[in-house]
Amino acid sequence: MSTMPLESAAHPEQLRRVVIEPLSRVEGHGKVTLLMDEDDHVQQARLHIVEFRAFEKFIQGRPYWEVPVMVQRLCGICPVSHHLAACKALDQVVGATQLTPTAEKIRRLMHYGQILQSHALHFFHLSSPDLLFGFDSDVAKRNIVGVAAAYPDVAKQGVLLRKYGQEVIRHTAGKRIHGTGSVPGGVNKSLTAAERDELQKDIYQIIAWSRDAVRLVRQLFEQDLETYRSFGTFEARTLSLVRADGAMDLYHGGLRAQHADGTTIFDHVDYGHYWEQISEEVKAWSYMKFPYLRALGHEDGWYRVGPLTRVTRCDFIPTPLADRERREFLAFDDGRAARSTLGFHWARMIEMLHSAEAIKDLLHDADLLGHDLMASGPRQARGVGVIEAPRGTLIHHYRVDENDQVARANLIVSTTHNNHAMNIAIREVARKYLDGRKLTEGLLNHIEVAVRAFDPCLSCATHAMGKMPLDVQLVDAEGVVIDSLVRGSK
Amino acid sequence: VSEPAGPRAPVLVLAVGNPSRGDDALGPELAARLEAAALPECLEVIVEFQLQVENALDLVDRERVIFVDAGTGTPAPFELRKAAPTPDFLHTSHALSPEAVLATYARITGEPPPESWVLCVRGEAFELGEGLSEAASRHLEAAWQQLKRLF
Repeated sequence: MSTMPLESAAHPEQLRRVVIEPLSRVEGHGKVTLLMDEDDHVQQARLHIVEFRAFEKFIQGRPYWEVPVMVQRLCGICPVSHHLAACKALDQVVGATQLTPTAEKIRRLMHYGQILQSHALHFFHLSSPDLLFGFDSDVAKRNIVGVAAAYPDVAKQGVLLRKYGQEVIRHTAGKRIHGTGSVPGGVNKSLTAAERDELQKDIYQIIAWSRDAVRLVRQLFEQDLETYRSFGTFEARTLSLVRADGAMDLYHGGLRAQHADGTTIFDHVDYGHYWEQISEEVKAWSYMKFPYLRALGHEDGWYRVGPLTRVTRCDFIPTPLADRERREFLAFDDGRAARSTLGFHWARMIEMLHSAEAIKDLLHDADLLGHDLMASGPRQARGVGVIEAPRGTLIHHYRVDENDQVARANLIVSTTHNNHAMNIAIREVARKYLDGRKLTEGLLNHIEVAVRAFDPCLSCATHAMGKMPLDVQLVDAEGVVIDSLVRGSK
Repeated sequence: VSEPAGPRAPVLVLAVGNPSRGDDALGPELAARLEAAALPECLEVIVEFQLQVENALDLVDRERVIFVDAGTGTPAPFELRKAAPTPDFLHTSHALSPEAVLATYARITGEPPPESWVLCVRGEAFELGEGLSEAASRHLEAAWQQLKRLF
């Protein structure tokens, strides 16, 4: 059993249980449980996420060339990330150790479009209501309608930024959803001049709005410095991809792991043997595994991935506007913002700006219109693909048999990497804001604010109506519901 | 930011669902039937995994919108109801209700949304890699008959 503070209470049978669920549209796929004693002190805090259990089974037995399309059905919110990570792994299976310039740039364009639209959605639709109106504010304000009423331009920009990213995906992946643009060994289409021109037309506006978004987050930090410094903040080891020269590279690179103080655990490690560095622990109380760095062991080896890690742990961002913002972020408040959980939001907007700049650069690269799309080489039995998805490092690992069928698959998704870190954040918030108080909607929202900072992927891609409400239950030690609160039901 | 040029079909069917998640495929299945049945010119069909904010832009210049989705806990075999703008309070960036899409439309355009309906077909099981359940298959047939009568 772990010895992490507040992970396990000494006598849980004597405690009152507070359940916040669901955090997704699928029953039981995300909840927070708080075990409270009679004096309303939090004795145990855990985030439960049920996800991805059937992924490997879903993929096994499929012809390998179907996999890049099939994996898009794992996640409805970042299908492009799975599409590209699968292709990167299967490039190795078909012996394509070096993609053609056109293929790599089309894939990068697709990826930056995905990062842009995902980050825009997260900030403008999910998190900005919390940040603009405060964590205790009226529920009716804490959604995009509330934002739109108070900040009409910001809300509209969020929608249009998202739309632009989707258009980049549509042109590069072939379709709005279930795209087929990337295939093992390359891509099956490049851009036409007309498609490029259409995307070029709006990109400078997209960059301008992205810069505005970074500045908006900075203003939010400046207005309530103490909250931003301390909210759910903790020291964390980190894991991310970086380019060979240390630059941020969201599409490809070597693995970099650092201690909380920035010292190196390992750097520029070939991800083709990721299992030599990363292992996964199973805990009885959670369906989701807990990855850790082998060198530090399962107790101390947990780490954090995602925008905050990438922005703070790269040596520089290879686009000028985003790099300037990165340096300002790192320097702000003597570096405290870059160590705070809410710093995720600032980092996310810096990455959105970087993606917009990267899209602009690619749209002025003639290789995007090229016709040399595929590469190949000696067939391999195994392939590993790693990409920095919007929420963090995403690993796809396949073994393909002599019949071209996937014999084994292993996926480690961003939310799994962040499992332990999210639990730590929730405990910090529970300790500071909930302990010893009566529960209120605003207080419970503090927990959700911490969850939202990570934007976990909650076994998405299912969205049946009827599973939207947030159900808050107070259950006594005998399991009797003594109070409940349902909101947002649809 | 520019919008797609050219006139739009006055009626939009926005079908939602993941075809690999059991009964979540009800929306895409109905969309496929519509498309196979030679769509009238007045009709456009869009299929999405999930509704998101940008779907508000799909509603621009429409006279009528029909959201088609699977539902849990909804009356069997389906429920057809008129939809009005209502904001969601979300905990994740992973989904949006039809009513929230309408609310987003109203706020970003300053106009009331087009007349909107939700055809919500009851599903029972949503596991990855599963096909439609028997019950959902029956609900699909009933919903298909209803959907055809809407045009």
